[in-house]
Amino acid sequence: MPETLDTVPLQRDALGQGRVSSRELTTASLERAECCEALRLVVGTRAEAALAEADAADARRSRGESLGPLDGIPALIKDNMVQLGEPTTCASRMLENFVSPYDGAMAERLAAAGAVIIGRTNMDEFAMGSSTENTIHGAACNPWDPERACGGSSGGSAGSVAAGITALALGSDTGGSVRQPAAFCGVSGMKPTYGRVSRWGLVAFASSLDQIGPLAHSARECAMVLEAICGHDPRDSTSIPEPAPALEAQLSGDVSGLVIGLPREYFELEGAEPAVLERVRQAVDALERMGAKAREVSLPHTSYGIAAYYLIATAEASSNLARYDGVRYGRRVSADDLGEMYRRTRSEGFGDEVKRRIVLGTYVLSAGYYDAYYRKAQQVRTLLRRDFEQAFEGCDVIATPTSPETAFRLGEKASDPLRMYLSDVYTVSAPLAGIPCISVPCGEAEGLPVGLQLLGPALGEAVVLRAADAYQRVTDHHERRPEIAL
Amino acid sequence: MSSEVLDEILERYESVIGLEVHTHLRTESKLFSPSPVRYGDEPNHDVHPIDLGMPGVLPVLNERVVDLAIRLGLATHSTVHTHSVFARKNYFYPDLSKGYQISQYEEPVVSNGWIEIEVAAEAGTSVRKRIGITRAHLEEDAGKSIHDTAVAGRDGTHIDYNRAGVPLLEIVSEPDLRSAEEAGAYLRALRQILRYLDVSEADMEKGQFRCDANVSIRPRGSSELGTRTELKNINSFRFVEEAILAEIERQAALLDEGGRVQQATMAYDPGTGRTHVLRLKEDANDYRYFPDPDLIPLAIAPERIEAVRAELPELPDARRARLESELGLSSQDVAQLVATRSLADFFEAALATYGNAKVLANWVLRDLLQALNERECEVADTKITPESLSGLLVLVDDGRLTVRSARELVPVLVDSGGAPETLMRERGLEAVSDVAELEAIVDTVIAANVDIAEKIRDGDDKPLNALMGQVMKQTQGKANPGEVRALLATRLRGA
Amino acid sequence: MSRISPEEVERTAHLARLELSADERDAMTRDLDRILDYVASLQRLDTEGIEPTSHPIPVPTPLRADEAAVPIDPALAILNAPQAEGTAFVVPKVIASEDEG
Repeated sequence: MPETLDTVPLQRDALGQGRVSSRELTTASLERAECCEALRLVVGTRAEAALAEADAADARRSRGESLGPLDGIPALIKDNMVQLGEPTTCASRMLENFVSPYDGAMAERLAAAGAVIIGRTNMDEFAMGSSTENTIHGAACNPWDPERACGGSSGGSAGSVAAGITALALGSDTGGSVRQPAAFCGVSGMKPTYGRVSRWGLVAFASSLDQIGPLAHSARECAMVLEAICGHDPRDSTSIPEPAPALEAQLSGDVSGLVIGLPREYFELEGAEPAVLERVRQAVDALERMGAKAREVSLPHTSYGIAAYYLIATAEASSNLARYDGVRYGRRVSADDLGEMYRRTRSEGFGDEVKRRIVLGTYVLSAGYYDAYYRKAQQVRTLLRRDFEQAFEGCDVIATPTSPETAFRLGEKASDPLRMYLSDVYTVSAPLAGIPCISVPCGEAEGLPVGLQLLGPALGEAVVLRAADAYQRVTDHHERRPEIAL
Repeated sequence: MSSEVLDEILERYESVIGLEVHTHLRTESKLFSPSPVRYGDEPNHDVHPIDLGMPGVLPVLNERVVDLAIRLGLATHSTVHTHSVFARKNYFYPDLSKGYQISQYEEPVVSNGWIEIEVAAEAGTSVRKRIGITRAHLEEDAGKSIHDTAVAGRDGTHIDYNRAGVPLLEIVSEPDLRSAEEAGAYLRALRQILRYLDVSEADMEKGQFRCDANVSIRPRGSSELGTRTELKNINSFRFVEEAILAEIERQAALLDEGGRVQQATMAYDPGTGRTHVLRLKEDANDYRYFPDPDLIPLAIAPERIEAVRAELPELPDARRARLESELGLSSQDVAQLVATRSLADFFEAALATYGNAKVLANWVLRDLLQALNERECEVADTKITPESLSGLLVLVDDGRLTVRSARELVPVLVDSGGAPETLMRERGLEAVSDVAELEAIVDTVIAANVDIAEKIRDGDDKPLNALMGQVMKQTQGKANPGEVRALLATRLRGA
Repeated sequence: MSRISPEEVERTAHLARLELSADERDAMTRDLDRILDYVASLQRLDTEGIEPTSHPIPVPTPLRADEAAVPIDPALAILNAPQAEGTAFVVPKVIASEDEG
């Protein structure tokens, strides 16, 4: 694929003008995936099916029909979204050979939009991690520096977009799993309001936090993808009963009068890299030059976010992962008696981080601890929600760093789970409050991308995207590409 | 166990019993999935990925169960909560496909109600007793583990998820029951209500109505509660009272030996008539209940409750009272008539076209019930209609059909339906009411039995029946016995 | 004082049907101890009277009409089964007392 065709609008225009076919784009994506194999970003492709779908898109186009702006455009999905007849491994030994007997909502929505799913991306096992190192497929390498992590858990999706394999990919975000890898890989990644995107067919990590979101180079592309995947799904009880909003049309480029809140607590955080904070301030300056106003806001319970997040997420995960018992699907380690079969299957099927979280989650739900841990965390969640509600009374969007650091070296934190958890400090509050947020590239620190996070009030995708898009109209950080030595 | 031993135990100890009933709700589809609720299919033929706990599936609540829960709540004088919460009960078992059961825990949909049962009192009388309903909550059933070695072999257990996700109401009573008989009466009353409301078929043989019993005993006169045990999964109506009595006896023996009852989960073995410990309380699981994050709390609008209330059928107690006072039937007869809603409906519909309640009740309770019992079905599932039964009785009253012939026709109507008059004609059952024809037969019979006729003429009534029998035989039972008797009397003794 | 003992880790692992070697158990005890120590910061916060949040975005209770759909093809149902016979899943013999329901 010509280098210049690595964004959705470029591909769409080239397809529309007949300069390229969907088959050519799809072939190029599949080839690129193969070239980048050493980075372990893509863990499985479906070449034959994808090419057939591409041909169908080309046939539609030749008849003058179109399923929309994504028609014929290659896409990747994270390996935790099921598709009928395709494997879904969740990067776990447990599901190494699992083939889904049903279609998930994302497979359906992308197909309905004409997008061509070429394969699945690497991730932390069951989306538990911030580095895409906890995976049976081998740690994913950051296209900007293969010695470094892509971030996680949607590291494969972020890395694939950065490496130019596809222009768009879907990830899932529970405590930052779309935004932090987007920041590490220099791409844009959005987590919509909880309930905007159906979770039907998304393998659950923490049900009350999980939300699917798009990754692409720009906020505009995120808006295009979101329009295709948003909207009410009666199969998901937590799905918001609203139609998909028209997002791309609201990208006016105008931020005059927009009030940007800067949470005091986020910028006072110890341990944040000064260069990261500096790039974020510069990004806010750029928005101010366009007519936005910055003002300080307070999110007083920020420092409790990580504790509340890890209690809630692990508790829900411990229950969500109980179904992997070797009875109906997935790995089974045989044993003469049932109890032994359960224990050996689960002990051998899950990796260390997953087991650690299952035990922690089981512990905090167990008799005598529920109130002190789980219920307490849910109360803190209420306080965090109120923090945001109050803050948004005085501003339209909130700007923060996405991560306190740039991409760390592979293996650097693998032995210290708590340290890994603490790096999620900027991303965990938004899913706890359910609000929409995006990470967009805002420059570099020592040659590595830095992410700017913009958060909006519940259902405020449009304002978040408008601010991010306006920023990208006057900056070119999202247009920079890593040089990959292959 | 001899009944004397048991009587002696029951004289010294009082039992305190609370029941937990699990009843399948009558729905087309499951509680949280759209797969059909069916019984007796091949394994895993009635499942959806949701029932199999596939990765990525999510539950959505069946609307119908909400109304059924409201019905049960209203009928048991309970509070129907406008806010209730689904929680996950976490434990591992192969027929539990997700590793947790979706149930309701701290905030059930229904709580704090009661029903009445009839309990025996002094000298053959009975009194009504109120039994508290602690709560009723919605939950999903599990699949089935098939241990039968003929099916699953010696080393394996087969797992079938057809039942997984079938909606259940768990109805928990207060420990207000004081004997096995009361427990049985409570179960029967509850089942009757569930069926009246169309909430559940409550067929114990099909596993639609299951019962756990919490049993403790204490010396009569004591007000302290003893340590209780939980009798699990009593799977037949017949065994409930047996199982409770067996457990009372076991506990009494323990106490009499100076021992103590340990909190435990028990099972009843109908073969031995004994209960045994399944597991002790110390081994109890830690279920780690928490609100299911995949489900929104169930909000029920007060208007919805009122709408269900408006459609609520008359309940058995109220119906019994009304029929007793309106129709002057015996309380025993009325109790039988209202036993099932379909029978009571049938009776009242027939009454609308046949005014004599007493006669109608006799026919319904004698001939119709017998036919239904023989066929093990309810009247609604048969071909007989209220109009056809009342039509039949009108034919009898008009003397066109003898009682005997009418009784023959009841099972025919039950099986095949049809108009009584047509059936009567088709089968040639119309009573011989042509006086000339009957007189001719009577004269023939008298002529053939001169000796007997002579005795009757001399005032002996006894042989009259013999002649009547012969006339009836010749008319193939189609003559009205009263008419025959009168005719014989006229012919032999004059007017 | 440690917040969690190796015995508690073992008991909890059993609840979750995980089997840990002695080394794994000790390592997990250390990790969980640090994590629990960290999350203990929540206890400093007074949350008396604060409603817990189970769902960040409130939506009305969704209800599904009681209509039965065609069930999944039994062949697909057992497609991934580690062991099956006919259309039934097969597990090692279950002894009645293992019933935890």
